[in-house]
Amino acid sequence: MKLMNFAGPPSAGKTAVIKNIIRKLYPQVKVAYLKIDVVMAFEKEELQRDFADLPIQIVYAGDLCPDHASVMVMKDAIQWAMREGSELLIVESAGLCLRCSPYLNQGLGVIVLSMLGGMNSPLKMGPMVSLADIAVVTKVDLISQAEREVFREKIREVSRSIRIYEVNALQGTGTSRLMTELDGMTDIDVDTLKLKGVPPLGVCTICIGKKDIGWDNHFGVIRKLEGADYLYRGE
Amino acid sequence: MIIKRITVYPGLNKNGEKEGFEELKIVSGNTVSIVGPTGSGKSSLVNDIEMLTQGDTITGRKIFINGKIPPSSFRQDPSKNPIVLITQHTNFLADLPIDEFLRIHAKARRIAAEGTVERTIYLTNKLTGEKVHEKMRMTSLSGGQTRAMMIADAIVIGQAPIVLLDEIENAGIFKKEAMEMVRTEGKIILFVTHDPVVALLCDIRLVMKNGGIVKVHRTTELEKKARKRIIEQDILLSVVRERVRRGEVLSF
Repeated sequence: MKLMNFAGPPSAGKTAVIKNIIRKLYPQVKVAYLKIDVVMAFEKEELQRDFADLPIQIVYAGDLCPDHASVMVMKDAIQWAMREGSELLIVESAGLCLRCSPYLNQGLGVIVLSMLGGMNSPLKMGPMVSLADIAVVTKVDLISQAEREVFREKIREVSRSIRIYEVNALQGTGTSRLMTELDGMTDIDVDTLKLKGVPPLGVCTICIGKKDIGWDNHFGVIRKLEGADYLYRGE
Repeated sequence: MIIKRITVYPGLNKNGEKEGFEELKIVSGNTVSIVGPTGSGKSSLVNDIEMLTQGDTITGRKIFINGKIPPSSFRQDPSKNPIVLITQHTNFLADLPIDEFLRIHAKARRIAAEGTVERTIYLTNKLTGEKVHEKMRMTSLSGGQTRAMMIADAIVIGQAPIVLLDEIENAGIFKKEAMEMVRTEGKIILFVTHDPVVALLCDIRLVMKNGGIVKVHRTTELEKKARKRIIEQDILLSVVRERVRRGEVLSF
């Protein structure tokens, strides 16, 4: 089974891009779809309308960080998709604090971006862009060619090796070129799957649900604002 | 790569019927106008060419360059892209100052010449009534300033052998100056236009209807003769337009 992990800010067009990909494959290729969201997701009804037999799972993270939730349920999801006999599993993350990257050391990591989020948005997202294998830029019909090229350059500033595809996901324009990425993909090996990047750690008392504010009420491995470049750095 | 020709292979119109031609070859040095009512698919055609589509847009057209499927590097690397497209957009969404935007665009297209930013702004200001300056934000430009800058950017930074212009006459920029700036020996230029003068100045006229090309017309000798008179009247009209815009009272 092959694996694609989609990330990106809310409203960038992740689901629309995924829909176009599934449309090119369904039903010849067996695809399974997992969405991790916080409180509400509409993808199930939306996808089932177009692809009646598509195996779909929606996971709500609730008060758990959705990106942490995705790390926890990923192995279950892979086993589920394999039981379904899927050839490709597409995982869509909630796309919230933009600090995590759900990409694994295998499969394809995809960041979905639109320039409407601001010209410097790729630079603000850190590992979500820098660890992705490909970037899909959406809503390109709304901007000029010059702006597209400048936005491309902004993405390149974060990752020199990233492969960039421009699409109009509403009409599906540009999807064919994106599909060539699937040709080179190999099957995943569940036993050696690992995260590419380190998620911010959940090691303070906010992480376990305390609502008080201020340093007096919390403890953990984080440092005070003053004098700290980063409050905490992972591996 | 030297661009010798573009070939357009037909797609489908809005009723799903094949377009009225077998293959359309546009060779280097050709100027082409694309005419037809709004909604007839003019912008879609230039967008298809810019995307170098291989059947994956709504029209299903295929675009070849020099008789072959163009390499993916044309789309992946702006410095290898042989096409510049001036879209119909009348506002920029890039939240950057003009000089920074142009510098990054020049870097993307690998234009290293000194004074690139200054020259682009200089040309912009030759096309527009109200001047722009380098520290203005892209998003604050008016419709005409935006289009003037797109054209100047395409000439100075784009520097491509294929130029696609979606309604050059729009938004009150100086059309004649813009056309003269764009027209250089050996380029392939396509104008989407509602303007008869622009259409008559081109070698080939593509007539669009209901999403498809219905007619490929080569400008006749008779049309070329009529052109001179029509241009004179157009110049008169543009002089009057400028005087009215400046607040003058006409007395003839």
